[in-house]
Amino acid sequence: MPPAAAGHPAAYTEVYSSALYRRRRWTNRVALTLSVATMAIGLFFLAWILSTLAVRGLVAMRPVVFLKSTPGPGSTGGLLNAIVGSLLMTGVGILVGAPVGILAGTYLAEFGKGNWFAETARFVSDVLLSAPSIIIGLFIGTVMVVPMGHFSGWAGAMALAIIAMPIVVRTTEDMLRLVPVSLREAAAALGAPQWKVVTLVAFRAARSGILTGVLLAIARVSGETAPLLFTALNNQFFSTNMNAAIANLPSVIFNFANSAYPDWQKLAWAASLLITLTVLAMNIVARIVFRPQKAG
Amino acid sequence: MTVSEPPQTSSPNAERAPAPLLPALQVDFDDQPETPPEPKIQVEKVHFYYGKTHALKGIDLTIYANRVTAFIGPSGCGKSTLLRTFNRMYQLYPKQRAEGKIILDGSIDLLDPGLDLNLLRKRVGMVFQAPTPFPMSIYENIAFGVRLYERLRPAEMNERVEWALRKAALWNEVKDKLKQSGRGLSGGQQQRLCIARAIAVKPEVLLLDEPTSALDPISTAAIEELIQELVEDYTVAIVTHNLQQAARVADYIALFYLGELVEFNDSKTMITRPAKKQTEDYITGRFG
Repeated sequence: MPPAAAGHPAAYTEVYSSALYRRRRWTNRVALTLSVATMAIGLFFLAWILSTLAVRGLVAMRPVVFLKSTPGPGSTGGLLNAIVGSLLMTGVGILVGAPVGILAGTYLAEFGKGNWFAETARFVSDVLLSAPSIIIGLFIGTVMVVPMGHFSGWAGAMALAIIAMPIVVRTTEDMLRLVPVSLREAAAALGAPQWKVVTLVAFRAARSGILTGVLLAIARVSGETAPLLFTALNNQFFSTNMNAAIANLPSVIFNFANSAYPDWQKLAWAASLLITLTVLAMNIVARIVFRPQKAG
Repeated sequence: MTVSEPPQTSSPNAERAPAPLLPALQVDFDDQPETPPEPKIQVEKVHFYYGKTHALKGIDLTIYANRVTAFIGPSGCGKSTLLRTFNRMYQLYPKQRAEGKIILDGSIDLLDPGLDLNLLRKRVGMVFQAPTPFPMSIYENIAFGVRLYERLRPAEMNERVEWALRKAALWNEVKDKLKQSGRGLSGGQQQRLCIARAIAVKPEVLLLDEPTSALDPISTAAIEELIQELVEDYTVAIVTHNLQQAARVADYIALFYLGELVEFNDSKTMITRPAKKQTEDYITGRFG
């Protein structure tokens, strides 16, 4: 009951039995039903995907998955080479992409206010953010794999770095813009030069947000398949040589799920579950990291 | 100067509260020393522009050393704008500019484009309306400013931090939690932390831009008391919406209206026998 109506029973009944109020109540019910229904549809498919993955993946999940490399047809094996390859390429990709993205986002938020160069850079970064990843794979394939004459882990890592970069650029810029003007003014009023205001105060205030962006970028690139097909390709054997074709989970899923061998298909499910759990873990960690800032 | 009435609330509505009639502002002015103060900042024909908006229209004013000068006036009158020219804060924003002269210590023109802003801001510190503790520990909040100018040994830095916190009347409340975040303090403590941070670099002038308008009455009283102590070592300029506050803490009061200085005089004269009808109207709550 709205407070205005309290203590005025006559006015209350009059207002709440009016045609206008009844119509509003109906509109409200319809809108609520529709939004709950659409949410249910979304959740239904998500639950379906996750349960299928869990059921099929868990069956295939055995210690050997982490101990042996991908097998030939008919023999037992695991995903060790693919896990290591994926970790290596994602790691190098983030080590390259995140710093560049953080610096670029810092430039956009702190130094490039209103100039055409920053506007253009932001636009290009946003285009890159939504560019199909296969095109980025094709690009790196053309500029790295073709001149080098062979597939390589480095090329795969570079493709992932390019995918991670615009995500980090955007989150860094957004998070720095959330730092209150008053905080920057306070630091400037103490006589801190702008670079110190940015590095010592703004970065600290936006730290958890920026870190969240990096985690989300890791989550995004760890499942990318297309850019690796043209760059790192795949490798049946265990290898940590980033200068040659290297195994990775997405390519293993692609190859093994398409194969006719039940063993391989099982491993593809295991690999899918692994990636999903990693992405899920990243997102949960990102949420936990981001929470204190909202509270403070 | 002593306070003869309980502190008023600092809510934004305070300025619109029922007219504070002249008798309500009984402040004991008698024990004021009559030695003529020295000028610390001389403002000469200062104009200020926000883009095309002419916000200050030829201000002439003197801020005296070791005195509290309060800037009062209705919202948008230019009092904060003038305060922000003293440390060139406006220069963070490309479309804002100031003209005229602001002379510090009789020789340095603060509006000189070649002036080293960082050194200016070491000499002229500022505390803002909302408390702005940095996202770091209480200790680091204080040390941040000091490190910009001095290389102190850890023991010296500890001493400086304690000195600043004592000056800001905060030491006893935080001495056991210096490593904790400055953001965990209450609003009033945060504001005293900001004052301590400003004092720690040992400025000569302290600019306070409505320092208590976001605080409760008890915190406000603590900060007003603090201002009275600080003025022994520093020159203080304070912007306030609260007329009672100006009367309580200030030695001089400047009333602004629509970008112009209406009247500037010592507090006693301003409160009891203002020269202009407009001042009297503002002080008695008839406008603003």
